[in-house]
Amino acid sequence: MVSHSCANNTFLFWFSNEHSNFRLAEMEALFKYFQLDRAILDRRKAKGPFVLMDFPDESGPRKLMSKTVLAHSCYELWASGVALEDLHENMKLNLHLVAPFVDDSFQFRVDTYGKTLTHKEKLPLIDTFEYMPLDGKVDLKTPELSLHLIQFFGMDPNRVPEYPYQQYFGRWLFDGQRRLVSKINLKDRKFIGNTSMDPLLSLLMANLALVKPNDIVLDPFVGTGSLLVASALMNAYVVGSDIDYLMVHAKTSSSRARQKKRASDESIRANLKQYGVENQYLDVVVADASRPLWKDDFKFDAIITDPPYGIREPTEKIGTSRQSPDYKIKEEHLALHIPSKISYTLQDIFSDLLNYSSKKLNIGGRLVLWIPISRTEYDEDKLPRNPALALVSNCEQTLTSTASRRLLVYEKIKEPTESCTTVLDGSALMYRFKFFEVDPTTHRRARKAKSVQEFGKSSKRGQQQSS
Amino acid sequence: MKLFTHNMLTSKMIKNVKVGYPLKLNAAEVKVTPSEFRSTYVSRMLPKIDWGVLYEATQSIGHAEAIPSSISDDYEKNEDFLRKAHHALFEIEVINGEMICPETGRKFPIKDGIPNMLVNEDEVN
Repeated sequence: MVSHSCANNTFLFWFSNEHSNFRLAEMEALFKYFQLDRAILDRRKAKGPFVLMDFPDESGPRKLMSKTVLAHSCYELWASGVALEDLHENMKLNLHLVAPFVDDSFQFRVDTYGKTLTHKEKLPLIDTFEYMPLDGKVDLKTPELSLHLIQFFGMDPNRVPEYPYQQYFGRWLFDGQRRLVSKINLKDRKFIGNTSMDPLLSLLMANLALVKPNDIVLDPFVGTGSLLVASALMNAYVVGSDIDYLMVHAKTSSSRARQKKRASDESIRANLKQYGVENQYLDVVVADASRPLWKDDFKFDAIITDPPYGIREPTEKIGTSRQSPDYKIKEEHLALHIPSKISYTLQDIFSDLLNYSSKKLNIGGRLVLWIPISRTEYDEDKLPRNPALALVSNCEQTLTSTASRRLLVYEKIKEPTESCTTVLDGSALMYRFKFFEVDPTTHRRARKAKSVQEFGKSSKRGQQQSS
Repeated sequence: MKLFTHNMLTSKMIKNVKVGYPLKLNAAEVKVTPSEFRSTYVSRMLPKIDWGVLYEATQSIGHAEAIPSSISDDYEKNEDFLRKAHHALFEIEVINGEMICPETGRKFPIKDGIPNMLVNEDEVN
């Protein structure tokens, strides 16, 4: 059975397995970024990590692959089928596709998902393509034409079938931008902290924010600047602020194992320099994100941030618990006084951030943020809302059975009026106390009591106690 | 800290401060770091810049010759002007110094090129 009739305008996108929740969000953002026809995305066909989309020519796929960090390669699909015979039957109807490449040097490759084939197992598969009218030389290093038979053996590593669920055959066109992910890996980065963002996710966030060259991007909880790195690599200019003086000045203790002190030249700027984008650095400022700082008519093209959740980094703002409105710091203490900080509740952090973004973004500008969520209490209606900001994407990354964080993308749709305030139901947030709270039903003692109830006292210790 | 950033910062976080702009700039150490000139970017930025404040800043930190006192009308086509603006906005950096709130006189120190805009708990609402 030929499952898919193949025209020369079908393209196969092979996505990496991780962060599959974010695939559609990234593609939606890239379609918007490049102003591609959204109907193409809506008509996509997906199977496991493979997505088929029809484009008029390869310019669309080229654009997408020049930005994506979630798809690792893209092929022009020449044939497909469940059984190899079907695929060949399909291919023989499409031999005209080979015509432009007849004299090219070429290679054949067999790629698999969900099963590993040995070289010996792959060779006979390649031999079945001997009918292909290819007159060029075989070149395994730098072929002009790279043909791939891709076999999909399903997603379950414990139930690998003998034969693939689906097979695709096509011409390799482009790789995605996953090389950027290794380029900015945290292991070799000059300045990192305990909560530096994963490189892939930081690039993904910049893609979701539609960051383009010459944009100005702000991170109001900048930390070690891991989110600025991604935007700077996309040639945007970056600005950051953080309440933590020692962090911004890179004077905190090192986050690396077996290294107590930070090097004297660690800084956010040094990170950008390391990746050759120091030019994109505007400034970082020590400041309290809950207070006004920038002049009113200074607007940003994107605000990309990972606010502290109070789990690994504290949630703080300047303030005092003293009640007296006339409280003054004594003159003699002023020179050495360090501003006292009070707890900044998660709910306030997120409503302030949305209120702030609704004012400080250009129209069409995006706010991309992570929010810690209690999975048991989550409901989309509880997420922060502001009338000037449209929620355009919402994806979950699970952390534990009860906790997750969600990557939210808002787009500014209008200038806020006086009445545009943020609403947020704090019950869906994951607070520190909840995060470390032990679920009574899964606690060791509770499990034991349950098993005792069900099977009687069977453990050694239980027997001793009963005697 | 670049003069671009100085052009954008206010001291509005202090209670009872209405505008908090421009901040007076005193520099103890100034450095010039060359950066790539992109004319489209500079001309896109100029409408956001308060030119008078930028001019005042260059005067106060000893780069009096950097830019003319008023903005060129045809700056989009005037590359020489855009280069000067680029130099003043993005290449001249205050490494150590301070900024002063125009309404309260509150000082904000700049250390190792990073301004400290934190105020004490008795200065905020």
